[in-house]
Amino acid sequence: MTATALEPTVAAKPAEGRVRRVLRRHPKIVIGGTILLLIALVAIFAPYLATVDPQKVSPARRMRWPQELYWFGTDMMGRDVWSRTLYGTRVSLVVGIGAAALATVGGLALGLITGFIRWADAILMRIMDGLMSIPAVLLAIALMAITQASIQNVIIAIAIAELPRVTRLVRGVVLSLREQPFVEAATAAGTGLAMTMIRHILPNTVAPLLVQGTYVCASAMITEAILSFIGAGTPPIIPSWGNIMSEARSIFQVGWYIVVFPSVFLSITVLSVNLLGDGMRDALDPRLARRM
Amino acid sequence: MFAYIVRRLLATIPVMGVVALFVFALLHLTPGDPAVLIAGELATDADIAAIRAKLGLDQPFHIQLATWLWSLARGDLGISIFTNLPVTRLIEQRLEPTLMLTLTTLIVSIVIALPLGIISAWKAGTWIDTAVMSFAVFGFSVPVFVLGFVLILVFSLQLDWFPVQGYTSISEGFLPFLANITLPSVALGMIYAALIARITRASMLDVLAQDYIRTADAKGLATFDVLIRHGLKNAAVPIVTVIGIGIALLISGVVVTETVFAIPGLGRLTVDAIVKRDYPIVQGMVLLFSAVYVFINLLVDLSYTLLDPRIRY
Repeated sequence: MTATALEPTVAAKPAEGRVRRVLRRHPKIVIGGTILLLIALVAIFAPYLATVDPQKVSPARRMRWPQELYWFGTDMMGRDVWSRTLYGTRVSLVVGIGAAALATVGGLALGLITGFIRWADAILMRIMDGLMSIPAVLLAIALMAITQASIQNVIIAIAIAELPRVTRLVRGVVLSLREQPFVEAATAAGTGLAMTMIRHILPNTVAPLLVQGTYVCASAMITEAILSFIGAGTPPIIPSWGNIMSEARSIFQVGWYIVVFPSVFLSITVLSVNLLGDGMRDALDPRLARRM
Repeated sequence: MFAYIVRRLLATIPVMGVVALFVFALLHLTPGDPAVLIAGELATDADIAAIRAKLGLDQPFHIQLATWLWSLARGDLGISIFTNLPVTRLIEQRLEPTLMLTLTTLIVSIVIALPLGIISAWKAGTWIDTAVMSFAVFGFSVPVFVLGFVLILVFSLQLDWFPVQGYTSISEGFLPFLANITLPSVALGMIYAALIARITRASMLDVLAQDYIRTADAKGLATFDVLIRHGLKNAAVPIVTVIGIGIALLISGVVVTETVFAIPGLGRLTVDAIVKRDYPIVQGMVLLFSAVYVFINLLVDLSYTLLDPRIRY
């Protein structure tokens, strides 16, 4: 009776399109995701977007301000800043996603181990406590100082620096799930430890890990830029946003336009990833979302 | 209380022990020979041997570890490879600018963030709230050196209000000191302020929903009194906690800010040491910064009793 009474109102409502409904419900995901998608397209199609060889040095055209031929100007070695900034997108995305993936997978593995094996928990969590008391950027810097500069090492260094926080998150989830009736029931029914982890624990870690992974991605992008900026990150031969800014640092007073463009790209990229993370947190964890 | 402080101090020993071991391990888990890496590409065999001897890498492993821990216990952080000065001396020389920068940043961030967070919670759901929270997301997304460059560009190069770079000691006059430290403090403080504003809003929202706030309102207290004396005071514990945790952001940011603004502090010392691979300095700085971080968070824990009499140790 009630159902039939309600039906007309429900039917009368969906005048607005699906896109608008999603946009209204999760604006942060849509906006962040769209910007990020555009940036990813820039990274993929960098060679086709009116760019020249980002490494091509032409001393005759040094320090040109942005103009018709050089949209973002040229730097002190006559390299095209537009091309270098666009190619820099690749480094930032690769490092951000790479470090987030590595830290998430590593943290998931360590979190599952510490959540289920007590003696390993005691040892591993003491190590994690120690690592956590070293500020993440400083830890990444220290790790980069002992290895050769390469994108791969940058990813590993940042992932290690982010690892303790992810581990702690997964461990927390595992510890609370372990006491849940459905896990006890599974154990009582004779489900093995491995199966319990895969079937019952793992799916419940996906949502928090997705959110955390996004934040790790954003902070990894900033950390990469910081590392490159202070000369301990991506090798100078590769055009990354941090490297472009680092090279322009000494001539900032006359050539500040060189710093501006990679800065804007970096900030917008990080902003879009953060928005995506906030949006997913709101969507996946309504209880927390109301508080933040 | 006293017993609790002692217990907490003892509890920092294993944490710092792990940090010390990690810093020691850094040099030894290096793929390849650290001496070769430090010496650089143009080094001769004799140079490499000299560095190896200096770092004690020619000793057996257990002797190296024992020597390292023993010198740490005596407060000896080793000798810089390039300047031949004790690392502790170098730290002493560079301490003031960093200490001042951190203090001013702390003040700037809290002065900006607390009112923003409180107003945002008070006016929750309005455009003011949206504006403040947008500022917070912005603060998290703009890296400190980008902000530093923008500030220099606008306020130093275009408007000529502040010096472009450098540091003046407070002993040479307060105004010149202030002129130099303002922009770096704002640049460094932005992300920190974003963090504090966010937690202030969240914490205040919780408190403002309580019955005693409604009572305070109903008995006709001024809004300011309700927000500050009844609201903020009860919302303080999470805020102070985040201020403590956020010190990590400040430490990481100092390294970058000092590079952008050419401030001769500990951050600059760290960056120079990394570029030159002066490893004893890098090790010393990681240890020092971590120790400061752990110690501040210990103080934060202890401050809970002052902020909330219900918390007793």
